[in-house]
Amino acid sequence: MTATLSPTAIPVPLPTPASPQDVTPNGGRSVSDNRGDAGRRGDGVLPPLSREEVLRYSRHLILPEVGLEGQRKLKAASVLLVGAGGLGSPAALYLAAAGVGTLGLVDFDVVDVTNLQRQILHGTRDIGRPKLDSAADRLADVNPHVRLERFETRLTAANALDIIAQFDVVVDGTDNFPTRYLVNDACVLTGRPNVYGSIFRFEGQASVFATADGPCYRCLFREPPPPGLVPSCAEGGVLGLLPGLVGTVQATEAVKLILGIGESLVGRLLLVDALRMQFRTLTLRRDPECPACGTHELTALVDYEEFCGIRQAAAADIAAPTIRELTPREVADKRSRGDDFDLIDVREPHEYAIARIEGARLIPLATVSEALSTLDPNREIVVHCKVGGRSARAVRILQDAGFHRVWNLAGGITRWSDDVDPEVPKY
Amino acid sequence: MPITITLPNVLARLADGHRTVEGAGDTLGDVVADVSIQFPSLRSRLVDDAGNPYPFVTYYLNDEDIRFAGGFGATVRDGDEVIVVPAVAGG
Repeated sequence: MTATLSPTAIPVPLPTPASPQDVTPNGGRSVSDNRGDAGRRGDGVLPPLSREEVLRYSRHLILPEVGLEGQRKLKAASVLLVGAGGLGSPAALYLAAAGVGTLGLVDFDVVDVTNLQRQILHGTRDIGRPKLDSAADRLADVNPHVRLERFETRLTAANALDIIAQFDVVVDGTDNFPTRYLVNDACVLTGRPNVYGSIFRFEGQASVFATADGPCYRCLFREPPPPGLVPSCAEGGVLGLLPGLVGTVQATEAVKLILGIGESLVGRLLLVDALRMQFRTLTLRRDPECPACGTHELTALVDYEEFCGIRQAAAADIAAPTIRELTPREVADKRSRGDDFDLIDVREPHEYAIARIEGARLIPLATVSEALSTLDPNREIVVHCKVGGRSARAVRILQDAGFHRVWNLAGGITRWSDDVDPEVPKY
Repeated sequence: MPITITLPNVLARLADGHRTVEGAGDTLGDVVADVSIQFPSLRSRLVDDAGNPYPFVTYYLNDEDIRFAGGFGATVRDGDEVIVVPAVAGG
């Protein structure tokens, strides 16, 4: 094979969306099966590599499975990363390093110090900066040949189809159920492969959804769990390395789709267990009754907050008896006045070990119902957790059990640290 | 030899810390019911009030999604392995 060299790097034009009728650069029909070339360009012409690029990608070029043509496919390709967080960080870094010509990043968040335990796109100096700014700096350093498309917005039903249609492959690194179903449906509707990854605590999942013949996310999980049943990583924790494992799997799958090599995770669910260091794959089938890719009754995006029960849960909260709150300052004042009340901490013991409010009694949320007999309904009770969510549920349990003098500590121990006692560590 | 059910870490604490639990029965539903009796706090995470699987928890019987293999009515044999895969959304 003769290297096609250009004297200078040529900016990669935004690839036009691939269609099943696209023709591959070698003149043959594009492969239409699940492992087809996701990175082919509509005009069928692959961009040349500069001398610097040839050197930079030399370890790819000498792999027969990649080679010059494969590297040019990568340069012609565009990948959208939804989320520049735990999964998006390693995925973006490796896709940029691998020479994917255009990376799209959707994120509206700013870098927080608690992100840095796992979100390796961002550094300590970036705290407080928009994640897209920090990602742009880092990725430009990793590979200045990569063109970055920034979408500093929340992905919504109003913008998802427009954004996703601009890219060849989508990498789902979101952190909530509504956006996962949104990404999935938008990928099915636009015909873009959805390289899925999801993590919680020590375990992860990965697959490739929404290809021509493969299953989609709805085939795996027809409906999301009700709000509050599955804790988020912020509530339940996540091993910092785990998104490194799963996000790198996602980047690998995206590159394989672009190159059209190997066996993709289409039709397979990869389960990653970091504690056992066990990887296993299970068979995934397209559900003939799937409204997105089976019956195709889903012809447009829907309201994903409603689909995930979030609006209904909020409405139920409004209808339910009010949960009365006290601010940390008000509770501190009650204490200094010598008011007689119980302070209950409904977090977990390992959280209590990190930080506690002096005098609080630990009753983890899961055991509140069992501990009711140890509480005096005639005394005032203030309940707290980390930021106020779990304690609100505990207040509800106490109210339902006939306790009427119960208050939730607004903002939990985190706000207590801000407003009353900075010696209490935040976590 | 009984049927083993492999749980995700997050549910293991409801099964006295066990990642794999064993149950008996002729169908998958029987086995899940048996395990729910052994570990009562696990029950509401495995099945709904009517004893059916949730749409956000997928069961695999010997690496096959049970929804395409008879659901909870699927016949099980000694030595079969069931894997419980819950929906998680972290990223």
